[in-house]
Amino acid sequence: MPEPIDPFESGGVPSLMMIAEKFPSCLRMKRGRVAVAECYRRIPCNPCETACPAGAITIGADINAIPVVDHDKCTGCGLCLAKCPGLAIMLVDASARDGTIEFSVPHEFLPLPETGGAVDIVDRAGEVVCRGVVTQSLCPSAYDKTPVVRFRVNEAYLMAARGIRAGKGE
Amino acid sequence: MKKTDVLVVGGGPAGLRAALSTAEAGARVLVADRAPRMGGQLVKQTHMFFGSKEQYASVRGIDIPEKLLGRLARFGDKVELLPGCTVLGAYEDGVFTALQGEDYFKIRPVSAVIATGAIERTLAFPNNDLPGIYGAGAVQTLMNVYGVKPGRRVLMVGAGNIGLIVSYQLLQAGVEVVMIIDAAPKIGGYLVHAAKVRRMGVPIHTSRTVLRAEGNGRLERAVTAALDARCAPVPGTEQTVEADVMCISVGLSPLTELLAMAGCELRYIPQLGGGVPVRSREYETTVPGLFVAGDASGIEEASAAMMEGALAGLYAAGYAGFVHPSEAETAAELRAALAALRAGEAGRHIRAGLELLEKEALYA
Amino acid sequence: MERIARHPILDFPERKALDFTFDGRPMRGLEGDTIQSALHANGVVVLARSHELRRPRGFYCAIGNCSSCMMTVDGVPNVKTCATMLRAGMDVRTQRGKGVLG
Repeated sequence: MPEPIDPFESGGVPSLMMIAEKFPSCLRMKRGRVAVAECYRRIPCNPCETACPAGAITIGADINAIPVVDHDKCTGCGLCLAKCPGLAIMLVDASARDGTIEFSVPHEFLPLPETGGAVDIVDRAGEVVCRGVVTQSLCPSAYDKTPVVRFRVNEAYLMAARGIRAGKGE
Repeated sequence: MKKTDVLVVGGGPAGLRAALSTAEAGARVLVADRAPRMGGQLVKQTHMFFGSKEQYASVRGIDIPEKLLGRLARFGDKVELLPGCTVLGAYEDGVFTALQGEDYFKIRPVSAVIATGAIERTLAFPNNDLPGIYGAGAVQTLMNVYGVKPGRRVLMVGAGNIGLIVSYQLLQAGVEVVMIIDAAPKIGGYLVHAAKVRRMGVPIHTSRTVLRAEGNGRLERAVTAALDARCAPVPGTEQTVEADVMCISVGLSPLTELLAMAGCELRYIPQLGGGVPVRSREYETTVPGLFVAGDASGIEEASAAMMEGALAGLYAAGYAGFVHPSEAETAAELRAALAALRAGEAGRHIRAGLELLEKEALYA
Repeated sequence: MERIARHPILDFPERKALDFTFDGRPMRGLEGDTIQSALHANGVVVLARSHELRRPRGFYCAIGNCSSCMMTVDGVPNVKTCATMLRAGMDVRTQRGKGVLG
């Protein structure tokens, strides 16, 4: 009997359990922005560890190790979002306590969504799950052309929301 | 006849890094590359690199040539760069022939590093020669170097790193990617790359291959089918995909013509991408004074190419009588970095290939 | 096929126009184009015909390895158009057969 293939390996979409494991505690999310590093497999890569000004990400001597985020040390500065070559890191923020969550995601597409604008929010399989409101778009020179876009969605989408549906280029 | 200490053929990541080691050791070095700009395939890599700091992790590939050239510039006229210069031949008497524009000349170095990279493979299926069917790297060149869109709707064949990365870059250029297919049951590239394109709505279908392409004078559609456990198409699973571009991303093969011409022993090692030169731990081929680095020695990644180039340059300079001021330390660091890059699951087939090559070479 | 005007990572500044001809037809490319990229931007994807069966061929590797893109340029046959920079006034033609050098 052939071994069943892990759907993540054949489809590139992680399971809910895999995603949940990367998330910080509810308490930490309610305190403000915090990083969720969705790096699920060992690859030779460690710039997130090097970049973190708070020393909150650990990979160690074996650069193939999966990064571990110390959510209490993490200040939610977001530098790792722009530094991760796999664009695998996002920020979540549940501090508004108004039934919404603010996400921060790297978004390397044009047109860059405008603050205040409504956008289609997609899940990890690229399906539109809801509409979101863009709260900020930033691209300081330290981000080297990887803009970070912040959007707000209903807290029901905490585990599903992952990105902004890209526009059709220029 | 141009004389120099070390000739580096190929100005990509391996070649430029080899030139740097060579210059650091005090030798004169000539770097020849057939393209109008130095940088090899780095010039089209708009994405951030992996690895660690030494391999420019998080730096976009397109920004790396400038950094390497900047480091080389510190050696003044000890480093001569010849862009637009094709090295035509490597002869057994140690002479190389070259063509730069209309100018045909010979080069006699004391030692040389061949860093000629690789060529994209193709796939065999009916009508695979239709205009519209291109290498994925070729489409990357067209978009990122020349700013021209390849077409409107792309079928990506191959879910290795190049297939996944080029799919993402097609989306960035405003081109639709209909789907990514791969004959293997699993995605071959890094899953973070796969995740990026899945988020943008591009489906990935593994265990699926192209049966044939169709179109009148150019690609208009392709027929794909699912594959069973023995890689045979499953009847009844045929699907037609409307596409005016098909990117073939099924691997690379080392460009070893100069090495073969010079008389180097080559061995066929599938895990390294095909015919590769037998070489020592110092990257010296079976022709004394002829060294090799990067994809020409075995298909891998740019980060590994840089480390290999740095090592090969070190030893090529040593052969020419120029010992690097901290040769042992530098070599040890580079070897450790290379080992780290290859240590994980991602490096499994490279390690297997290198082991096999060593065994093959012993029984020459 | 169209040129990319705006790109999230790359800058594509305005470039000088270079006029050339393709099979006698006037065409416009840009400084920095290869012959092949200029043709592609003008919608020309058939660059050659196979020797025996005259099947249409386009480029494949785009960096001078595969020889799929060879055309006759300014009377010189077997020019790899993907690896040759476009110059103003070039006469680019689809090649018939293998071409004769010299």
